[in-house]
Amino acid sequence: MASLVSHPDEVKVVSKRFGLGATEIDRYLQLDGYKAVQKALAMEPDAIVNLVKDSGLRGRGGAGFNTGLKWSFVPKQASKPKYILCNGDESEPGTCKDRLIFEHDPHAVIEGVVIAGLAVGAQVGYIYIRGEYRYISLIMQKAIRDAYAKGFLGKNIFGTGRNFDVYWHGGAGAYEVGEESALMESLEGKRGIPRIRPPFPAVVGLWGGPTVINNAETLASVPHIILGGSEWYAKIGPPKNGGTRLFCLSGHLNRPGVYELPMGYNLKKMIYDVGGGIPNSRKLKAVVPGGSSTPVLTPEEIDVPMDFDSLMKAGSMLGSGGLVVVDDTTCMVKFALRIMKFYQHESCGWCIPCREGTDWLKKTLIRFHSGGGVQKDIDNILYLSQNMLGRTFCPLGDAAAMPTISIVKKFRKEFEDHLDGRPCPFEKAGAVQQEPVMA
Amino acid sequence: MKFSDEFESRFAEMIKHYPTKRSLLVPTLLYAQDEVGYLSDDVIREIAGRVDLSELEVRNVISYYSMLTTKPRGKYNVQVCTNIACLLRGGEEILDYCKMKLGVGNKGTTPDGLFSLEEVECIGACSWAPAVQVNYDFHENLTKEKIDRVLKEYLEEATQ
Repeated sequence: MASLVSHPDEVKVVSKRFGLGATEIDRYLQLDGYKAVQKALAMEPDAIVNLVKDSGLRGRGGAGFNTGLKWSFVPKQASKPKYILCNGDESEPGTCKDRLIFEHDPHAVIEGVVIAGLAVGAQVGYIYIRGEYRYISLIMQKAIRDAYAKGFLGKNIFGTGRNFDVYWHGGAGAYEVGEESALMESLEGKRGIPRIRPPFPAVVGLWGGPTVINNAETLASVPHIILGGSEWYAKIGPPKNGGTRLFCLSGHLNRPGVYELPMGYNLKKMIYDVGGGIPNSRKLKAVVPGGSSTPVLTPEEIDVPMDFDSLMKAGSMLGSGGLVVVDDTTCMVKFALRIMKFYQHESCGWCIPCREGTDWLKKTLIRFHSGGGVQKDIDNILYLSQNMLGRTFCPLGDAAAMPTISIVKKFRKEFEDHLDGRPCPFEKAGAVQQEPVMA
Repeated sequence: MKFSDEFESRFAEMIKHYPTKRSLLVPTLLYAQDEVGYLSDDVIREIAGRVDLSELEVRNVISYYSMLTTKPRGKYNVQVCTNIACLLRGGEEILDYCKMKLGVGNKGTTPDGLFSLEEVECIGACSWAPAVQVNYDFHENLTKEKIDRVLKEYLEEATQ
């Protein structure tokens, strides 16, 4: 479905089977498939956890937490069954990588789920796929059926006497469900509303049992680490940021696409070399480095290595790897407004700072962009956003606030250019009134 | 209330996957909606009974998920993404063009019941923007000409 691209600087780990027909289990087996899980079956659980910990693999969903460390929080003894939950509810604007993994290499995800299960002592795994990805859930269902038929899943896997079941689960359209505790609520058949932590899912998760929740890209990386070793994987990226990342390049670029590059790859090079630069010889205005929730960077800030720690130091986040490039014909007020419309639509409404904050910010930004703004609105937008930070049960409030704060601070002049009934300087035919979206 | 054999066999299979019946709710609602066109009162009553929930609890879940609807829609639901990656590559122009072509606004349905139009949030096609999903089919790297072709194909499919 989605077309593939390539670049000489790519280091293909997770994407190495893309386009090679690995959705067929026999082809997957030819391409070293299911070797990692057999190796893991012969290892002690702690050895698997330590191997993944040492590889420097960090959560590819956005938070960037060390995966092996996350696994180590699961108690050895538990009175309730343990679960592995693969988060394939990819919905962060700018992100389209998990879709490619499921489409081209579904067995790698299954293998990652089983290995995670062996590491923490779980016997059941769920792969949650967003509802819009119907064709992908069909690919995954076939892959699971084929793995059962070969005896790789179910009772007595690979003749070892161990059991492991993997099931798929479908969503029905909700960004919030990508948050780990809301994901569990959704899988349990409820509204996707976050849970209060502690207790953390590693101790009390699905149906009260200890649960490991990992992003699809994280789990698809695990088999490669088991086979290649932690040292090899860690060395691909800078210290504490092991391996590669699928970067989704989108927006104003000549060659948008999903590229697998080593962690720590220079952002400027990613835009101008890998992504082919900005079309129509226009200039760069801003970059969203890791999905819509991450603070934007200005052209002066892009000489930075793309890894979790470097971007944190640069005042932003690596997030989900969704890189959105914005050229100088774009109105940043409108851009901020579109981001806020999204978060207002997706806020689950559970906690007040997020529910009310996103709604007020959306209304203010709509009025502001259409020419009805006053000077104090600018500080009000900042004030409202800053008051959402860290005051919500889940990070959705932060996700709405962070890009907004960065846009107001870095592009304040553009906000001022919209004041006093002046039409948006970027609209060809004057200010366009955006109709409010009624939910 | 009668669903297809495929629906029933999938339901019978999935119920074995979870320790609680309730877990089936979200995927089952979506599959039921695909068959009936929307979540009618009958569908809600039937599914509530199957997973041992009250109708109110089922409606409470339905209202949370943006793909689930209790109102009838067109045979082909044209979902235009206007989120940031699509916005930068003309998603809003595609939405306006679809409004003009179909003669309906956001969340409107054509009088013949064939097409509905909906502005949606990110559908995971950012690197191939602008993108549209018609029911579950992705259409990417769109231009106005491509939209013409896509809509024509569905129209032909419906009239065959």
